[in-house]
Amino acid sequence: MTMGPFNAAVTGIGQSEVARPSARSGMQLTVDAALLAIADAGLTVADIDGVVCWPGDTDNGSSFSPVGPLALKSVLGIETNWMSGGYEGPGPLTGIINAAMAIGAGLCRNILVFRTITESSARLVDRNAASLANKTAGRDSSFFWQWYTPFNVRSAINLIAMYAQRHFHEYGTTSEQLGWIPVTLRRNAARNPKAIFRDPITIDDYMGSRIISTPLRLLDCDVHCDASTALVVSRGDVARDLRNQPLRIEAVGSALKQPWSWDQISLTEMVTRDVARMMWSRTDYKPENVHMAQLYDGFSILTLMWLEGLGFCGRGEGGAFVEGGTRIALDGILPLNTNGGQLSGGRTHGLGYMHEACLQLWGRAGDRQIEKHDVAVAAAGGGPLGGSVLIVRD
Amino acid sequence: MSRKLPALTPDNRAFWQGGEQGRLMIHHCGHCDRWFHPPAPVCSRCCSRSVEPRPVSGKASVYSFTVNRQIWDTALPDPYVVAIVELVEQPGLRFVSNVTDCPVDAVHVGMKVAVHFLAQEDVWIPLFRPEAQS
Repeated sequence: MTMGPFNAAVTGIGQSEVARPSARSGMQLTVDAALLAIADAGLTVADIDGVVCWPGDTDNGSSFSPVGPLALKSVLGIETNWMSGGYEGPGPLTGIINAAMAIGAGLCRNILVFRTITESSARLVDRNAASLANKTAGRDSSFFWQWYTPFNVRSAINLIAMYAQRHFHEYGTTSEQLGWIPVTLRRNAARNPKAIFRDPITIDDYMGSRIISTPLRLLDCDVHCDASTALVVSRGDVARDLRNQPLRIEAVGSALKQPWSWDQISLTEMVTRDVARMMWSRTDYKPENVHMAQLYDGFSILTLMWLEGLGFCGRGEGGAFVEGGTRIALDGILPLNTNGGQLSGGRTHGLGYMHEACLQLWGRAGDRQIEKHDVAVAAAGGGPLGGSVLIVRD
Repeated sequence: MSRKLPALTPDNRAFWQGGEQGRLMIHHCGHCDRWFHPPAPVCSRCCSRSVEPRPVSGKASVYSFTVNRQIWDTALPDPYVVAIVELVEQPGLRFVSNVTDCPVDAVHVGMKVAVHFLAQEDVWIPLFRPEAQS
């Protein structure tokens, strides 16, 4: 019997230190995470026959993604049947989706998926290292960025802020409602010893934090860090024999039905609905069956849109859903970003959501362990790119 | 300060240089009689290659906006407004620009604006200001 549509399951997880900054190199962090994940699965490096990553080393060691699969397979001496990286996929969960596909297609038995980021140490050298100032060299010939950088769009926040403004305009969403996402996630981070920020914050703290780009504030932004996260995805028959209970990849959402553009898409849904429709159409599970949501929080408004797009609340009802924080708390009806997310835990950028989902599904989340933990959704991305994964412990 | 400028191509040249004649040039599909942006050699809706840049009125409304307060670069204005404007010619016909020549607190969704151009090197960047001032 196959294990879900891909016959694929997560069998091991690992993560380096999450530091601000780390003294370790991107490759050191990556090896830390990879070896932890492989050992967690009960495997050795020799058992790994695939390595995938999003986005990979797209820009000669850029802090956004300093290590790609070609470098890691070389360093660990992995003989691959399949490897891939590259930015052009359905968002930060592309690595997991590609691993599931390669397993499903019969190419590999055990695939190492990883994501490394060193934006914190990069910012010690250049405070604007993660902004768009250097996104394109010389005259901007980018299909994508030429429509933004001439208008002094210097960070994704300038664009995401316009999504928030439009959501506020159409649905009456308020900053006071949005603030419950960072406030609640900080409570979760207080129970996560690896989180970057663990001191409690209140709605007043949120409202008092400085405006970066209206209506978004400093506390709406995730926190840069240096970290690497890795997972092992195994073929169903292999997974059954390993030490951890397999976490089956039940369905993925990878549909992108709108242009690759910040402004030619739905500002209040982005691609969340495209992604979610695909994922829910391929499973008998429904949003009400989900025990936790690990949703992209590069900016808090993105999390709110994922909550709506995935059907955890109605369109335009995200503000009311998060208000007060009770529904999304660790003991709420839908625990959200249980490790503090990227807002407080650290901007591990994408794979951190999968890592936390697996930790919770296996009941290994310590002080922040939630009570019911059989079904999780992870989703990541903002603007024109995004993807989601439904993962189940049978 | 000088802005980041686009590299000009046969696809985008009309948009970025139309301002030299004071015209905002937007691509139009002759087959489905529809405007589209960004410019491309084919209509993404009907796949027709009967597309060409045509002048529009330059009148628009603010679809969404943000007031930037973060100092990314001390040479940038502080604060400044980034907006998505929707042209009056067609619902959904929109692009990112700036709203200038008014207090930042006066900008709101639905605000009527009109194009003007900032010339820099060989590019005329289309910006928008409150319609009454144009």
